[in-house]
Amino acid sequence: MSITSILLIIGLFSISGYYAGLKKSLVLRENKKFHSAPIYHGALLAINSSLSSIFFIISWLIIEKNFYTDLESFRNILYIISIIIFLTVSLLTFKKIKHDFQARDNLEKIIQYFLLVCSLLAILVTIGIFLSVIFESNKFFGVISITEFLFGTHWSPQMPIREDQAGSSGAFGAVPLFAGTFLIAFISMCIAGPIGLMSAIYLSEYASKKTRSIVKPLTEILAGIPTVVYGFFAVVVVAPFIRNTGSNFGIEIASESALAAGLVMGIMIIPFVSSISDDVINSVPQNLKNGSLGVGATKSETIKKVIIPAALPGIIGGLLLAVSRAIGETMIVVMAAGMSANLTANPFEAVTTVTVQIVVLLVGDQEFDSPKTLAAFALGLVLFIITLILNYIALHVVRKYREQYE
Amino acid sequence: MYNTDVMNDNKNIIDSDDLISQTPSKLDNAKTVGNIHVEDPRIIAKNINVYYDNKIAINNVSIDIGKNEVLAMIGPSGCGKSTFLRCFNRMNDTIESCIVEGELYLDNENILDKKTDVVPLRAKVGMVFQKPNPFPKSVYDNVAYGPKIHGMAKNKIELDEIVIKSLEKAGLYEEVKDRLDTPGTSLSGGQQQRLCIARTIAVNPEVILMDEPCSALDPIATARIEELIYELKENFTIIIVTHSMQQAARVSQRTAYFHLGSLIEVGSTDKIFTTPQHKLTESYITGRFG
Ligand SMILES: Nc1ncnc2c1ncn2[C@@H]1O[C@H](COP(=O)(O)OP(=O)(O)OP(=O)(O)O)[C@@H](O)[C@H]1O
Ligand SMILES: [Mg+2]
Repeated sequence: MSITSILLIIGLFSISGYYAGLKKSLVLRENKKFHSAPIYHGALLAINSSLSSIFFIISWLIIEKNFYTDLESFRNILYIISIIIFLTVSLLTFKKIKHDFQARDNLEKIIQYFLLVCSLLAILVTIGIFLSVIFESNKFFGVISITEFLFGTHWSPQMPIREDQAGSSGAFGAVPLFAGTFLIAFISMCIAGPIGLMSAIYLSEYASKKTRSIVKPLTEILAGIPTVVYGFFAVVVVAPFIRNTGSNFGIEIASESALAAGLVMGIMIIPFVSSISDDVINSVPQNLKNGSLGVGATKSETIKKVIIPAALPGIIGGLLLAVSRAIGETMIVVMAAGMSANLTANPFEAVTTVTVQIVVLLVGDQEFDSPKTLAAFALGLVLFIITLILNYIALHVVRKYREQYE
Repeated sequence: MYNTDVMNDNKNIIDSDDLISQTPSKLDNAKTVGNIHVEDPRIIAKNINVYYDNKIAINNVSIDIGKNEVLAMIGPSGCGKSTFLRCFNRMNDTIESCIVEGELYLDNENILDKKTDVVPLRAKVGMVFQKPNPFPKSVYDNVAYGPKIHGMAKNKIELDEIVIKSLEKAGLYEEVKDRLDTPGTSLSGGQQQRLCIARTIAVNPEVILMDEPCSALDPIATARIEELIYELKENFTIIIVTHSMQQAARVSQRTAYFHLGSLIEVGSTDKIFTTPQHKLTESYITGRFG
């Protein structure tokens, strides 16, 4: 017998349990008014007993895997006990079925807890990821000092494989990576910020309903293109274009450049900025716009002097969310920005970013205790903290803004 | 809806039994009762029709409005008072589905003409809205908004003067003189509405449109604004929409009664409220429907 078959059995039992409960309450209902409808009695019986035995099976398996591996040879006992639990709980619930048994309320309770567990799960996973990243980073900071990591300007994560190997001591200064990340994020925001904002203004203030209903979904398609596709768009179209244009003006531009990656990432983020700004601009009350138009302001004056100032906090919130998106983006940069950790502010040079280096460090066969691999976790941790802070500020600002007009 | 046997049979009564439940198109031939003309008209509306998505909302309305007159527009909810009011400063332009037909003369210029520039028009015809809508800016900037846009002040001193004068006229200056830099939105509802009035009169309008300006206010604030309307009428032509019969009686010289998009009756306010000529008007002001 296997776990699968025992689960199958429990499933079958539950169905019969459901009908048993249903039947009993249907019969009893003939004589007396019932608190809950018959299906609740049946469902409660089935859920109660199957949950108890599944809960038992899971606990057993956890204990077996983590603490007493010997238990594996007693699997048959597990199966028997779980069936016994099932039957006992069914019987107990079955006996409880009476006219005043509050099956409906009990069932609602169970469902409520189930939903609670689901939402806790998301939070627990986040905490779990965070803890494991901290744990691994901690190991890394045992080897490389935290100040060297945060303030060092040289990045070449090579570790000697043998003690006596020459010329390959690693350097783990993350500054060039963060500089590259912010450079690319900056370039992309220079594209996405103005274009996204203007298109939001056009859509919410100028476009007719019909135009809006066509243009809006079309811009949102941009958001649905996989980032890999953007990546090779950057490599195949944008980068050569930039290089050729540059060489026409006598400027040397690397075939992998921060500019190419930033431009394409900017395009990717446009719908993000425009849809948030559009929402925010739309939530500026018509009343306020009328107030401005009513004293003889033109549409553009109204937008400039009333709508944008009123919507500004929300727009800034949206831009911050977009920045954190840009910082976390990997694929485009891997493909278009290169791998070399240059510390430069020149957008024509190749740079690398935090996310790219994480990929580089973890791809292929790696030992999970060398500083080289652990460095990925440290980078991840810092990135995580940065985007967390950005998101927090952004959401806070947006919410504050919403309250203002509630 | 209302009882016919309480109605006294009167001279020029149209059989309103049918009319009440009719659609506006059935009222097509309903002729306005009373004199729509005044001796010295400032505004002349001729055969105004307004449609929303081809649904008629104002049906062939003609009326004159005199200089320094307060005209009250009353009528049941949805009869088109706000719609008609918005014609006078072309605010209906901001509603995509709205189409306005007819002629509307202000100082002998047809403001419904496509060629009319709405910017100076709206400076000349100010509007106060139902819900106070100060900008989320300081009290000062709220009032200075219009004058700045129209370049009415050459320097800060002139601007200060305009702001203070407008606040004084709106009867708000004493209350806010120490906090001109606090947000306009932090004032009380009544103060906000007076701030909006100050904002409107700061651009020197000649006509002021008011759409239920007191509906969000308590009786004291309402009394304050009615007083203000009384003072403003010295210099302005005022058109006010109101649901309060008492308010119409207190502030206006003439009253227009609208029903289902038609102008049913116009007359001096005393007359409308004491001896209405039309059955519908009478039923409305005696509170039988609305
Ligand atoms: N923006 C709009 N789009 C479509 N129809 C509208 C619009 N505004 C008003 N209407 C319609 O036009 C008619 C007149 O509306 P209006 O707002 O002018 O009435 P009102 O007399 O001001 O009513 P109230 O006293 O409730 O303010 C109503 O039937 C309304 O449904
Ligand atoms: Mg209205």
